[in-house]
Parts: sequence; C-alpha cells; structure tokens
Amino acid sequence: MPEPLLSLSGVNTHIGQYHILQGVDLEVPRGGLTMLLGRNGAGKTTCLRTIMGMWRASAGRVAFDGTEVQDLRTPDIARLGVAYVPENMGIFAGLTVRENMLLAARGGAPEPKRLAWIYRLFPALEKFWNGLAGNLSGGQKQMLAIARAIIEPRKLLLVDEPTKGLAPAIIANMIEAFNELKRTDTTILVVEQNFHFARSLGDTVAVMDSGRIVHAGRMDALARDEALQTRLLGLSLEAHQ
Amino acid sequence: MKRDWLPLALVPALVLVALPLVGSLPTWVTLSVAGLAMGVMIFMMASGLTLVFGLMDVMNFAHGVFISVGAYAAVSVLLVLKGPMQAPSLAANLSALLPAVLAAMALAGLLGWFFERVVIRPVYGDHLRQILVTMGGLIVVEQLINVVWGPDMIPLSRPATLGGAFIVGEAAIERYRVLALVVGLAVFAAMWLVLARTKVGLLVRAGVESAEMVEALGYRVRRLFVAVFVAGSALAGLGGVMWALYQQAVTAQMGMQMMVLIFIVVIIGGLGSVGGCFIGALLVGLLANYAGFLAPKLALGSNILLMVLVLLWRPRGLYAVGKA
Repeated sequence: MPEPLLSLSGVNTHIGQYHILQGVDLEVPRGGLTMLLGRNGAGKTTCLRTIMGMWRASAGRVAFDGTEVQDLRTPDIARLGVAYVPENMGIFAGLTVRENMLLAARGGAPEPKRLAWIYRLFPALEKFWNGLAGNLSGGQKQMLAIARAIIEPRKLLLVDEPTKGLAPAIIANMIEAFNELKRTDTTILVVEQNFHFARSLGDTVAVMDSGRIVHAGRMDALARDEALQTRLLGLSLEAHQ
Repeated sequence: MKRDWLPLALVPALVLVALPLVGSLPTWVTLSVAGLAMGVMIFMMASGLTLVFGLMDVMNFAHGVFISVGAYAAVSVLLVLKGPMQAPSLAANLSALLPAVLAAMALAGLLGWFFERVVIRPVYGDHLRQILVTMGGLIVVEQLINVVWGPDMIPLSRPATLGGAFIVGEAAIERYRVLALVVGLAVFAAMWLVLARTKVGLLVRAGVESAEMVEALGYRVRRLFVAVFVAGSALAGLGGVMWALYQQAVTAQMGMQMMVLIFIVVIIGGLGSVGGCFIGALLVGLLANYAGFLAPKLALGSNILLMVLVLLWRPRGLYAVGKA
C-alpha cells in the first residue's frame, strides 16, 4: 500500500471546555477522493479545521506528505500545499471575483492555461470576473470558493460541505467539477452530509461519530451495504437522499 | 459591477443644503473649506483606528495617545527649528515642517509597535480586556507626556508663510486649511492606491473581512496586523501634527479629546471601511463648522445626531464591511 498523503493518529481537539475530537485515526490515500461522513456534531468540521491548524490538536499526530503539521500555524500548513474551502465558503464578499482569485494565487498572476481550465469548470466565474463576489448567487459563491482553492496546483484539497444549501442542478455541476478535479493529481478530502453526492464521487470513505472514526473503507462497499449505511449514518442519510 | 455610490452624494448634498441656511456666499465658502480641512484631519487620525478595528477586531481606546505623542514629537523639533519656521520663505518653513512631521510619524509608529506587542497582543479576541488595558495605556502615556514635556499647554505658531488667508472674492480662506486639505487628500489618495492597487492592500481588505481565511490561503496575518497597527499609529501622529498646528497649541489630552469625533467617524463610515471613514470624516467636519456657525450650542450634538441618522439609514455604517 502506498503511504497516505494525510494521516491522523490519536488526534484529540478541545474547543473551550468541550472535547470534540476524541482520538481520530484517519488515512487519506494519495490521488483519490475521500469522503468524511457523519451526523451533525460528529466532529467533521473540527477534523478539517484541526488539519488546517485553525484549532490546535491537544494530543495526537497529523502528518501531511511526510511532515508532522499538528504544531504548525495555518499559513505554514497552507504553504505545504493544502487548500481549504470552509463550510461558509470563506469568500471575500467586498472583493471582486478577480481579486479573490488573485489573492489565492500566491505565486503571482494566475497561469493562463490554469485559468482557462477553471473557466471551463465554472463558466459563471468568467462572466462575473470583475463583479463583487458578494453579489454572486450561493452556487456561484461555492464555485468561486473551490476555484480559488485550485487556482494553483495543490497537493491536498479540503472541502467542507460543498453541497450545503445548493439546488439539485448546481449539485450536478459540482459533481462534474469534482470528477474533473479527480482527473488531476490532487488528493481531495470532502466533508459531506449528502450521501447521493458522496456516493457519486468518493473513492474511499470514513464515517465519524462522537469525535471518532467509526468506519473506514471503500466507498463502493458502503454504497452497496444498506444495513451498514443505516447503522452508521442513520437519519441523516434518509434526510439527505 | 454594482458599486454603492449613494453615501458619496452625502457630502455635496450637505454642502448644498448649507448654502441657503448660512445665507452669505463668502461665509459659506469659508465654512465649507474649514469643514473639509477639519474633515481630512480627522480622517488622518481615524483611518488607522478603523483599519485596526476591521482587521484585528481590536477596540483601541488608546489611539488618541498616538495623536498626542505625534504632536509633542513635532513640537520638540519645531522648537529647535524656530528660525526656519518663522522665516518668510516657504522653502525654509517646509525644511522645518518636514522633519517635524517625520519625527511625529516615527515616534507615533514606534509607540504603536510597542503597544501592539506589549499591550494589545495578550488581549486579542477579548473586547472587555482590550477596553481596560487600552484605557490604562492611554492614562500611562498621558502621564508620561506630562513627565517628559511638562503638564502645561505648549503654544505652537504656524509657519510664517502658512499664516493669514487667501481672499477669494469676499471669502477668506485660511492658508493653513488649504495645506491641511491638500495633505489630507494626498494621504487618502495614497491609502486608496495602496488598498486598491497592491497585493498588500488586497490582503488588508480581505483580512478586514476574514483574517482566518487569509491565513488559510497561506499568508501570515500577524505580520500584516503589526504593519497596519504601526502605519495607523504613524498616520494618527501625522494627524496630531496637523491638528496641533491648526489649534496652535499642544496638550497631553488633545488626542483623548479627539477620540469622541474619531469614534463617531469610524462608526458612521462602517467599522473597517477606509472609504466610509473618509466620507464620515468630511461629513463630521462640515457639520461641526456649519452647526458651529448656525447654532453653536448644537455643534457637538449635531455630530451625534448625524451618527444616529446614518445608523437609522444604514445600521452598520455607510459602507458596511462584511465579516465572514
């Protein structure tokens, strides 16, 4: 088995008096798309934020591409090649689409071929290139958030609930875009509650409950096993199908 | 692209509404120039505070000391360079003013750096403690000013060539106010250029919305915080020099006395918005002068009324900065 790009072992995270992650063990294989599923409050978002260094792990180890990152600051983790799309998308509403993209391109102006590829993935961004990001629709904002994360090649893309609040037609566009992304070398870890979306894209899956990983394996195996789905995901699965 | 131009119209609207109320054209011209000059000086003092609040979410009640310290640093230089200051030559006057301004900005900037490291840094994210420690810092620095420069007011003469007034028609326009207007507009233009046209400016504007997301993109916001804090303090120092020469006097409390107007301007403009701060400062300066002429007892109250009206119209200020 090739070494995973990202691995968490025994990771604990406290937020104030709350003990959110309680010994998370997770491996994200290189080059694939891993889905992180679980009920509300299971600790999925905390897991991504801990990987990004936004919340400090109080115990355990986070290794990214051979480097231990649990004690690094967020900008240093990002500079190792990790891009993060938060649940609220994190776009800068007062900046134009162009300025949002320029900011994400740390190496200078975006490379024209890469930009053309992004325009193909998300045509709306070209149309509203000089418009304020705050004036975009919810789906367009999500497209901008993802486009910003991939404006330069990154090793790992962390995306928190990309389908949240989006219309079915936009979700179909997102699935196409993620399929295109999977054809690049980028490794992707997506937190999701929409099982249909997760099943369409995931190569591997991990399921969280009460701050721990309670299942990890192939996505197709989970997709075939309805009893396991019900046991692991319960009501949240029915609610989002 | 949808831009919000409506707040910009408030300044010419106020100027035009004041004309029939003032009644006399020369008086109206004099008051308008005085109001605009006062506005740009308040802007210089307030712009740093709005950026610090927007970017760092810090309520710095000690911002006034940067104004006072800047003014005192300039006074120290100008007292030494009394000769060139009183010479009837603009070049000689500027050769005294320039080092005074640089000294003011340098000392205020240095004090800002010290404040950020020692006073502010331990209380990031805790507004109550920020208010307490910055108020404490303000008192300490005011007392230090009394120790170094003495407790008495220091009178300050304007440079010889900047005294007096231009006579335009029947209107008298003080030369110093024209200089203040030019300097203030230059500062605003420079800030606008940096914020709108440079990567650092882009980072500041993005950081005002979400510092956490800027960090997630790989930028070290902490360094940006320090740079903005120092630049904001230096600008307050510059504003302090301009205000001291305008008032022709320096006191340790002058910065604190300006804080009421500065807070009004920052709130009217929208916390973190430099453009809003500029418009807010012009409105406050103009209204203070018009109200001072038409109803002197209402001068300060008029600005509080202006703030109330703006907040009723736009509860987050003229240009609300969207916090992510």
